[in-house]
Amino acid sequence: MEPFIVHTGTAVPLRHSNVDTDQIIPAEYLKRISRHGFGDALFAAWRKDPNFELNQPKYSGASILVAGHDFGTGSSREHAVWALQDYGFRVVLSSRFADIFRGNSGNVGLLTAIVPEDFIEQLWDAIEADPTLAVTVDLQQQTVTAGDLSSAFEVDSHVRGRLLKGLDDIGITLSYADAVTEFEQRRAAFLPRIAAPAS
Amino acid sequence: MGQTLAEKVWNEHVVRQAEGEPDLLYIDLHLIHEVTSPQAFDGLRDAGRVVRRPDLTMATEDHNIPTVDIDKPLADPIAKAQVEALTLNCREFGVTLYPLGNIDQGIVHVVGPQLGLTQPGMTVVCGDSHTSTHGAFGALAFGIGTSQVEHVLATQTLPLKPFKTLAINIEGHLPEGVTAKDLILAVIAQIGTGGGQGYVIEYRGQAIRDLSMEARMTICNMSVEAGARAGMIAPDDVTFDYLEGRQFAPKDELWFEAVKHWRTLVTDDDAVFDAEVTIDASSLTPFVTWGTNPGQGIPLGDSIPNPSDFDDPKARAAIEKALLYMGLEAGTSMRDVPVDTVFVGSCTNGRIEDLRVVAEILDGRQVADGVRLLIVPGSVRVRLEAEAEGLHEIFLAAGAEWRHAGCSMCLAMNPDKLTPGERSASTSNRNFEGRQGPGGRTHLVSPQVAAATAVIGRFASPADLTSV
Repeated sequence: MEPFIVHTGTAVPLRHSNVDTDQIIPAEYLKRISRHGFGDALFAAWRKDPNFELNQPKYSGASILVAGHDFGTGSSREHAVWALQDYGFRVVLSSRFADIFRGNSGNVGLLTAIVPEDFIEQLWDAIEADPTLAVTVDLQQQTVTAGDLSSAFEVDSHVRGRLLKGLDDIGITLSYADAVTEFEQRRAAFLPRIAAPAS
Repeated sequence: MGQTLAEKVWNEHVVRQAEGEPDLLYIDLHLIHEVTSPQAFDGLRDAGRVVRRPDLTMATEDHNIPTVDIDKPLADPIAKAQVEALTLNCREFGVTLYPLGNIDQGIVHVVGPQLGLTQPGMTVVCGDSHTSTHGAFGALAFGIGTSQVEHVLATQTLPLKPFKTLAINIEGHLPEGVTAKDLILAVIAQIGTGGGQGYVIEYRGQAIRDLSMEARMTICNMSVEAGARAGMIAPDDVTFDYLEGRQFAPKDELWFEAVKHWRTLVTDDDAVFDAEVTIDASSLTPFVTWGTNPGQGIPLGDSIPNPSDFDDPKARAAIEKALLYMGLEAGTSMRDVPVDTVFVGSCTNGRIEDLRVVAEILDGRQVADGVRLLIVPGSVRVRLEAEAEGLHEIFLAAGAEWRHAGCSMCLAMNPDKLTPGERSASTSNRNFEGRQGPGGRTHLVSPQVAAATAVIGRFASPADLTSV
């Protein structure tokens, strides 16, 4: 996983609250065999509307999603996070996220930053006035700045530590590889092995 | 203070422990199938990681494969893509795969124990909730999500928060004709589908010790239907007799060393469980579900519950909703409910002992007119064993369909499905709405009840059959 320290990019205002994971990625797309290619299915139902924010050329190339409160509710599907990342988002800003979605995001490196609701509204207005507005998310300082606007954000301290170092859960466990190897040397000889290790 | 069986197995597998962090647990056996693994392998590839212990990883194809015409290409493009992905992933990462057509192919939870891969005191995981089956050997075995599958592939460990422990004591002996399936359905009806939430269950007591290894697997398999993460039974001579001589069981000196260790895997006399439930086995009778979750079950001799008998409006509404979906009238005797299809198979009841009792009941009898009886062995080896004993001839003579190994009609992910409104008596583990096909109506039963029901055409036990 790539470390996340500071990210600057343009943003999309998503003036919706309670966006559930069925909206982010409908169930019919869950039968795929890859984590990739879900970007096309992101917000599949809403994207049939030509006026939907993601369909507006002025917001193309955006990497920060500015959403209403309670983003990511409903089904625990990890595909919702994969779809947002695959589309190109590195950060979602909201005043409140659903727990499971926030956990899934942290596991795979999508930053979910919590900012006050009035800041979200100010940001929506500013982005709509100027879609090229550069938004900077600084994970070290835990701040979001865009032109004259600025706000601190909240993020889980474990997740912050991991993202700054670019470690996913697997990355952290791999940092304990010595302990795992030591454990393996103590394992009983009678335990089953299916084939010789590929080494 | 002493330790419970679950605590002993947990403690033996802790790689790393730190204040305020989950324990890092070593995984002894990782089972893989085609549906929940593709994205996990994809993640490894993206990160440039390898499978740490391919020698502790085994793969087979079970969920979405057909059980007829298995020599033809898979018709469903999604199933085909998933099976092909598994083949390529196993080849690339060096994982042993038992594919369709291989003698060791079958439902992952049937194959593992059959090969002797599942042993007492091990930690076993798989991207499938019915991994709890392997707990029958005194292993700590549980289902995991796709991210965790990737985690185990890469590290052979999982960060986990400790579980609570629940003892379910089944005292006394099961009456003649009452099976492990009836017992576990009765347990779930008593404690509810959330009764095991947050717990590892240990099944204890005389009635459990009396059970064969296969019957113990039926019990542990359905722990997850009570909401539990895992179910366990302490290993004993029944366990060791089952394991001895199997392909991956320890041999010679290692066998004696293993058995010596396995005998220590019992809950200490002074250990304390977080919760306990006691059930009198002698009070149990054949059990059938009437509703849309595994906790909605009643004795076969009872009538379907009446919502108006319940004061709690939520309970009343739940029963009304289930009855509407199931197309049933409150107060109807279960024995008067006709079925369209009978399914014998699945990781719950697709083993040789299950097929033997079905054959015994069907011998010299015919499946009722208009009823379809599907008999699906849990693995290729179960199929071959049944054929060597001539069971398939009894099945075919009775008018049943004799299929190849797979998950089949348990889960509507392959061609074996119920049609809308169709009613089944099924030896599988879930009766959720649409579980066996959109609009399908599932009643969970034991293999004995399934066979008798197929003959009579309405829910029945072997005792209802006139002798032949």
